[in-house]
Amino acid sequence: MHELAVTEEIIKITIDSSKSKKISAINIVIGELSSFIDDSIQFYFDILSRSTLAEGATLNFRRVPAKLRCYNCKKEFHPDSTMICPFCNHLGGKIIEGEEFYIESIEVKDED
Amino acid sequence: MKIEVVKNILDANDQIAYLNREAFDSLDVIAINIMASPGAGKTSLILKTAELLNLPIAVIEGDVASTIDSEKIASKGISVVQINTGGTCHLDAPMVKEALKRIKLEGIKFLFIENVGNLICPASFELGEHLKVAVSSVPEGDDKPYKYPGLFSKVSAVVLNKIDILPYIDFNMEYFQNGIKALNPKAQIFPLSCKTGEGLDKWIKWLESEAVNR
Repeated sequence: MHELAVTEEIIKITIDSSKSKKISAINIVIGELSSFIDDSIQFYFDILSRSTLAEGATLNFRRVPAKLRCYNCKKEFHPDSTMICPFCNHLGGKIIEGEEFYIESIEVKDED
Repeated sequence: MKIEVVKNILDANDQIAYLNREAFDSLDVIAINIMASPGAGKTSLILKTAELLNLPIAVIEGDVASTIDSEKIASKGISVVQINTGGTCHLDAPMVKEALKRIKLEGIKFLFIENVGNLICPASFELGEHLKVAVSSVPEGDDKPYKYPGLFSKVSAVVLNKIDILPYIDFNMEYFQNGIKALNPKAQIFPLSCKTGEGLDKWIKWLESEAVNR
């Protein structure tokens, strides 16, 4: 549900960055831990982008898996539900990837 | 043609959160964002805290609808402002900014911002708070930190409420605490019961130390 507010923001940022050209694609990066759902953003986007420069644009989502750096052995790993380091069996680690939520780039149509 | 953007989607919210933070700092108020699922005991914790903490507090009460919680708080003589989000599942910085126009913070030490009951969305929206606190409760189960790492990894403290019913529930305290420590080893954990009062002293002491040290 919180995707409604962020989709409004996505459209605003892309239009502000579009140099007033028609937008053909929006490339969004979403970390695994960031709790935003692609389908939900797409759903709101289709409604909210109507009659704007972003209407009809393709949303490309690049998902970044969570990555922890073990507190003990300092090796990096993708956590499973136990969050235990597979190298040394220590619990947990510092989050180094997976919290991303940003617009990487957009593609606009060149003028005819 | 490709245009590089590289812009945080929550940037507009974060900028307003920064202004809220400046407003709190200018009045020497410590703002605490209280996040939990519905029924964990956010309002009960605030009421108990108001009773036991010897420092002036105010409350911003976020709810999807209704004024039940804010009426409870106002009935104790605590300064409270209600935000009805009208369906939105979390508070955001602009809502708090609006609420700040309606609340007197002069002389207040702690502003408790009770977020909408939800363990997912509130974690993503900065409000300008100094501290984030998660309230979990025994009947919700010991797996919540593993299921909602986005929230539990960001908080300064976790209150585990309703420990008076531990004898009746399969709740593994070590497993629960490990789930928090895995991503957030510095978080304070306060098992307590707002009903019996057990454990509240440590939570109050922590708030008092934050009031002095911050």
